[in-house]
Amino acid sequence: MTNSSLNISIKNVTKTYDQFHALKDISLEINSGEFMTLLGPSGSGKTTLLMVLAGFTNPDYGSVKFGEEEVILKPPHLRGIGMVFQNYALFPHMSVEQNVGYPQKLRGVSVTETKRSVEEALETVKLAGLGHRGVDELSGGQRQRVALARAIVFKPKILLMDEPLSALDKKLREEMQIELRQLHDTLNMTTVYVTHDQKEALTMSDRITVINDGELMQLGTPNEIYEYPSNNFIADFIGESSLLPVIVRNGVVHFDGAEIKLSTSPKTDGEFFLVVRPEKVFITIENSDDVNKFEGVLLDSIFQGESQLLVVKLKSMSEDEVVLRVRVPNGSVTQAVLPSAGQQLIIGLRVADSYLVS
Amino acid sequence: MSGIIAEKLNEQGLQRVASKERLTFFGLTLPYLLIVVALIIIPVGWLFYLSFIGRDGSFSFENYERMTKSRAYIRIFITTFKISILTTLICAVIGYPLSYFMSQLSRKWANICMIGVLIPFWTSLLVRTYAWLVLLQKKGLLNNIAIDIGLISEPIKFVHNTTGTLIGMVHIMLPFLILPLYANMRSIDRDCLKAASSLGATPTRAFWTVFFPLSVPGLLAGLLIVFVLCLGFYVTPAILGGGRVIMAAMKISSNIELYFSWGAASALGVVLLIVTSVILFIASKLVSMDQLGNRSAK
Repeated sequence: MTNSSLNISIKNVTKTYDQFHALKDISLEINSGEFMTLLGPSGSGKTTLLMVLAGFTNPDYGSVKFGEEEVILKPPHLRGIGMVFQNYALFPHMSVEQNVGYPQKLRGVSVTETKRSVEEALETVKLAGLGHRGVDELSGGQRQRVALARAIVFKPKILLMDEPLSALDKKLREEMQIELRQLHDTLNMTTVYVTHDQKEALTMSDRITVINDGELMQLGTPNEIYEYPSNNFIADFIGESSLLPVIVRNGVVHFDGAEIKLSTSPKTDGEFFLVVRPEKVFITIENSDDVNKFEGVLLDSIFQGESQLLVVKLKSMSEDEVVLRVRVPNGSVTQAVLPSAGQQLIIGLRVADSYLVS
Repeated sequence: MSGIIAEKLNEQGLQRVASKERLTFFGLTLPYLLIVVALIIIPVGWLFYLSFIGRDGSFSFENYERMTKSRAYIRIFITTFKISILTTLICAVIGYPLSYFMSQLSRKWANICMIGVLIPFWTSLLVRTYAWLVLLQKKGLLNNIAIDIGLISEPIKFVHNTTGTLIGMVHIMLPFLILPLYANMRSIDRDCLKAASSLGATPTRAFWTVFFPLSVPGLLAGLLIVFVLCLGFYVTPAILGGGRVIMAAMKISSNIELYFSWGAASALGVVLLIVTSVILFIASKLVSMDQLGNRSAK
């Protein structure tokens, strides 16, 4: 089942509660058929933005267009969106079938056509045959699927999801991430997905909008956001990273007196952070020009199953303690080779992987 | 170790602990059981016994026969049910919108409204009933004001009739409807209404297809409590009805005080008890009993 979808155009959306700026002048273009994730910590404004799209929150000013049509003044029931809520929001007094058929009933769709579309939607979310069940007879994962079926049964052009997987356990959540993404690819609805889980965002999205304190911080593909975070907040929030304070003078980067080489030299002087991802650093002995080196002492070595995490305190002249984390994948070296706590180490970071944020 | 099967570790000791626990629990329930027997089982049994004792002190059905034959009794039953049903319905008509309004307010304002509901609830029944008498009587506040501003020329008869009884009873019963209904409405997941709305339901449609069905358990609980309390109500109909509205409880009282007929009074009490039990039984079939509490919507 394919579907026409609509692009969403958000302009200057601003929302203030008393003194609190929930959304500060957000402008954002979401392409037709795109899977866009709004990512941010709790209280960042991502859900407020979703509620503005759905029509449950009115901004102070700003514009929201679905396709060419301005919808900001339209009440929620006229916006024609499918929405999946964090706590499922299934109607407890209706069966699965009645829940999924609810939007069709509202639209005056005939009984036979409703039955057919409900079956189709239940099949899409892999719940075929469970239509007669009561909502309270379902597991958390199944409830989420019913909520999804109910949101897509009338083939909306836009699908909004508010942290739909946060109540599920980790394993099921990871399965559902893949499934939701596949579902999006089949249905091709423009999807706006809100989450605070950066890994979920990276796994599912075409593009990610990072929001913090009501501000749009960065917009990009998962790869761009992860590899080239635009500031230290995003570098810290997305994935694991250690931020090393560095100083740029005359285009040359210094950390604790030593020079750090970059693939492209920075244009402005000042204080920056070097983003060091645990999986990009390694223990090294050889001298090579395309590797930046850091000396340190191993504080702790933690076995995490798929990898070993080394916590290394860098030798530093400043009083602040600088700690790097190094991830050694399980199977890449034998356990015997791993250093033990207290041992002196040299950590390498490739020049190509060395990236500064403000 | 003995034989092929190893001795089960500490089995006997653990069984002793378990039986001791059971004994403790029984011991803790015992005072409650004694109270129930002393204050409920024995008096109700005594009530049953008395209802079968005739005027001459021997076993007879005359107390029950009188109820089916005497027109006065039939009239009393009709009045009792009429007043109870009307009071319950008026309470629903006033209480449902009020509860809905309160459930939509923020917690802070809802609590302030709740105080407005509870203060009369905590005030003496007698005081409130006489207050209505003062307000509604022929030369009462309401009639005086209405005449002074020229709304009416002759005072309206508000009390010593069914109208007065209903006004007083609705006022007294309203909190019993609002409390369970409001608690139920508060527990309805607001996201369900948002979901309905996002799926295309107008506010009216969302109310009737989602909110109202989910509030029915609370409404039924409230209706039931009000109706059952009304059936046995005494003070308010006695004062505001002015002797013209005679309900079952008043007949019980007059049987004892005027005619010293404990048998007739007991029989009436038994009938009320049975009617109430039947209503509760039917209600429990309609809504599961735990839903009559507060956990309707998940």
